[in-house]
Amino acid sequence: MRGRANITQLWTRVILVVCSVVFGLGLVWTALALPQEATGLARVVKPRMPESGVTNPVTAVLLNFRGYDTLLEIGVLLLAIIAVWSLRLAPTRTALERFMAETPVLAYLVRLLVPVMLLVAGYLTWIGSSRAGGAFQGGAVVAGAGVLLLLAAMVPLPRRRRLLRSLLVMGFGLFLAVAGGMLLLGNNLLEYPPERAYILILAIETLLTVSIGLTLALLFLGVIPEVAAIQQRREDNV
Amino acid sequence: MSQFSLYAVISMLIFSIGLYGFIAHAHLVRKILAVNIMGSAIFLLLISAARRDPTAPPDPVPHAMVLTGIVVSVSFTAFALALTRRIYAETGQAYLPETEPAISAQKQDIVQK
Amino acid sequence: MLMDNLGTWIVWPILLPLIAIIPIFLLKRPGAANVSLVTAAAIVLAVAGLARQVLTNGEQSHAVGGWDAPLGIMLHADGLSVFMLMMTAIVGAITSIYAAGYRFQGGGDSGSSSGYFFWPLSMFLWAALNVLFLAADIFNLYIGLELLSLAAVALVTLERKRDATVAGMRYLLASFLGSLAYLLGVALLYTAFGTLDLELLGARIQPDLPTAVAIMLITLGTALKTALFPLHFWLPPAHGSAPTPVSALLSALVVKASFYLLLRLWFEVFPAALTPAIAQMLGLLGAVGILWGSFLALRQHKLKALVAFSTVAQVGYLFLLFPLASTSAGWGVDAWSGGVYHAFAHACAKAAMFMAAGTLAYAIGSDQLDRLAGTFQHYPFSVTALTLAGVSLMGLPPSGGFIGKWLLLNSALASGQWWFALVILTGSLLATGYVTMVLSHILLRPPDAAPIDPRNTNVSFTLEFAALLLALIALGLGLAATPMLALLRIGMPFTGY
Repeated sequence: MRGRANITQLWTRVILVVCSVVFGLGLVWTALALPQEATGLARVVKPRMPESGVTNPVTAVLLNFRGYDTLLEIGVLLLAIIAVWSLRLAPTRTALERFMAETPVLAYLVRLLVPVMLLVAGYLTWIGSSRAGGAFQGGAVVAGAGVLLLLAAMVPLPRRRRLLRSLLVMGFGLFLAVAGGMLLLGNNLLEYPPERAYILILAIETLLTVSIGLTLALLFLGVIPEVAAIQQRREDNV
Repeated sequence: MSQFSLYAVISMLIFSIGLYGFIAHAHLVRKILAVNIMGSAIFLLLISAARRDPTAPPDPVPHAMVLTGIVVSVSFTAFALALTRRIYAETGQAYLPETEPAISAQKQDIVQK
Repeated sequence: MLMDNLGTWIVWPILLPLIAIIPIFLLKRPGAANVSLVTAAAIVLAVAGLARQVLTNGEQSHAVGGWDAPLGIMLHADGLSVFMLMMTAIVGAITSIYAAGYRFQGGGDSGSSSGYFFWPLSMFLWAALNVLFLAADIFNLYIGLELLSLAAVALVTLERKRDATVAGMRYLLASFLGSLAYLLGVALLYTAFGTLDLELLGARIQPDLPTAVAIMLITLGTALKTALFPLHFWLPPAHGSAPTPVSALLSALVVKASFYLLLRLWFEVFPAALTPAIAQMLGLLGAVGILWGSFLALRQHKLKALVAFSTVAQVGYLFLLFPLASTSAGWGVDAWSGGVYHAFAHACAKAAMFMAAGTLAYAIGSDQLDRLAGTFQHYPFSVTALTLAGVSLMGLPPSGGFIGKWLLLNSALASGQWWFALVILTGSLLATGYVTMVLSHILLRPPDAAPIDPRNTNVSFTLEFAALLLALIALGLGLAATPMLALLRIGMPFTGY
């Protein structure tokens, strides 16, 4: 049934289209009025780069100059998995599926791709200090590998609650520990000493890659893994 | 028209299209998609603003803002989709109730026939 | 040197809840609850320390990462920030106590029950609020808003109730839309002026088209999140169907956070844009919210829905601050103090009201107003809490609500905006109406009513105690007005009389 429950009355649709067009034109006019010359912070960032510990300016901004925003953003990601778990969704077939042996192509492909993906993820995180890359990029690739594994049902569902949660929270935990730890050194919050900045950023990014990848893959799964694992065992025993 | 202006204008058009889609479509997944489109439009604006002077290196702050924005967007979308799954599990359809009258009217037609 | 920086009080309200999340995430329900309660106490102490520091030394700033603006992100604490932090700390701590004694549906002691998830989600909520109140960077405010909204929506959908799920989705969509509007505004402002720091932005801002559109988008997005009329549609179902401690947190704190954002931005970043026309319009929308919300509250048959509509009305009072503070020279201090004080008093009173209402509804197994008769005999503390909270909502002396309304009224009359004075008085009258309506259902028992059947006699005293404590604080705010108002004056964007 096409158009079911959509706004079907013609005049409502027309008014909506007209309003959207007017709104869009207003925004376009605004966009055209924006300054053409670069008024951004590039001029402010460039001279301070040597103190940041890395050579990639985006990583410097993300993990050092505006690291506080990144810390909170990792918090948002952690909150997302907690929020999705709090919905206590029922396990789906994807979650409960056992090893999909009847599709050898998938199995072979996954076995081939996942290690490569993990390698690429590690590289992306490592190279992030000097070229394009970083924890998020690496974490996204890890997540991709995780989603592939979940779809192919080639890993048993994680059942060890504490271990899984520790892995999820360790990126955030280290970041927070470093942020607060700087206070003990007499610095401001999240103020890295310049000679240690690189190693701290690298450590944080490495743990973040694992945590982010795992979080995104589990967001794809949706159900709480322990709950799905219990259900899976119940179905096995029946 | 400079490259920046072109991208800026396009991003604002995409934003408006997304807004229209959000209001016009009743299906929850479509609403979520529409919101994502709006978000992407804003990111496009920021990225294009980072490179307004082609001779100078790009401004890293909007890049960082977009990275952060993407993560926040993904978090919200993940939760929104999970909530849609819950609504579907509870009500059998992925719509908010105020759009249901059209459905129940149709169901009544079927029942009466 | 070590103690010097550990004595930087400003970072602790943000760090403490974030740190607490780690053990809360790893433990099960009993452990999570205990960690939360301990953290709540720690946050109260941290906020008290910051308050004392601000009172003695004035406004505090902190450059996160050691980088000053515009390169880095600044934290800033003035009288208003501390005021909001105190409000959050008091309501947050007492609501945590209430939640510890509350029976969540789908409860249990595991690490996956509703009763468990309340704790990490509410701690994130608290962290988000503290981040917002101390932020001095416009993009930082965005992330804080997102953290807040996601936590709030997840808290609404905590129990598996159909009303709550649908209301939560509506809230989520409205929130998402509001955030995007806000983000677009931020993008426009950064593209135009090249800084994200509030102070620098305030200095560089120009009255041109992108700025005007950015201000409009930011205001619309934030108004949607703070349920200003006519964008209030999502609030009553969400606050009415959420679990009781969640309703308390949402009505008391979450709506105030977006209002705080508007206050900061309008008065400190683009004060020149606050023309009389715009100020009057915001005030008008607030006024309509007061009248419409109160009117709808009077028509409700369910207690929690009534309290939720009352929130819509009370949020309207906050928006009266715009016309009253901007156009009344010299009386800005009164209007500002009045509006913000009203926010604090309402937070305590509304949370107390929700908690008491929730306890009664749980006790008799129903939310219907006409089933409340006779509850006073069994639950006198809850009913007393409800009454005292109502006193503050009505604006009777000596409550905090009275102080807030009195100051607003003063500035309205002094600046010649008598129409707002009329709205304030009418609003109080209507509030008296719906509070009395609730109390009459409870205290005046019709002669042929069936004897009350206390369905759930195991209502823990913690629930009643928490509600009563908060209601007493709402009252106490009226008595402790002088030092509180002095605190509020630090960093106020007006000079005195």
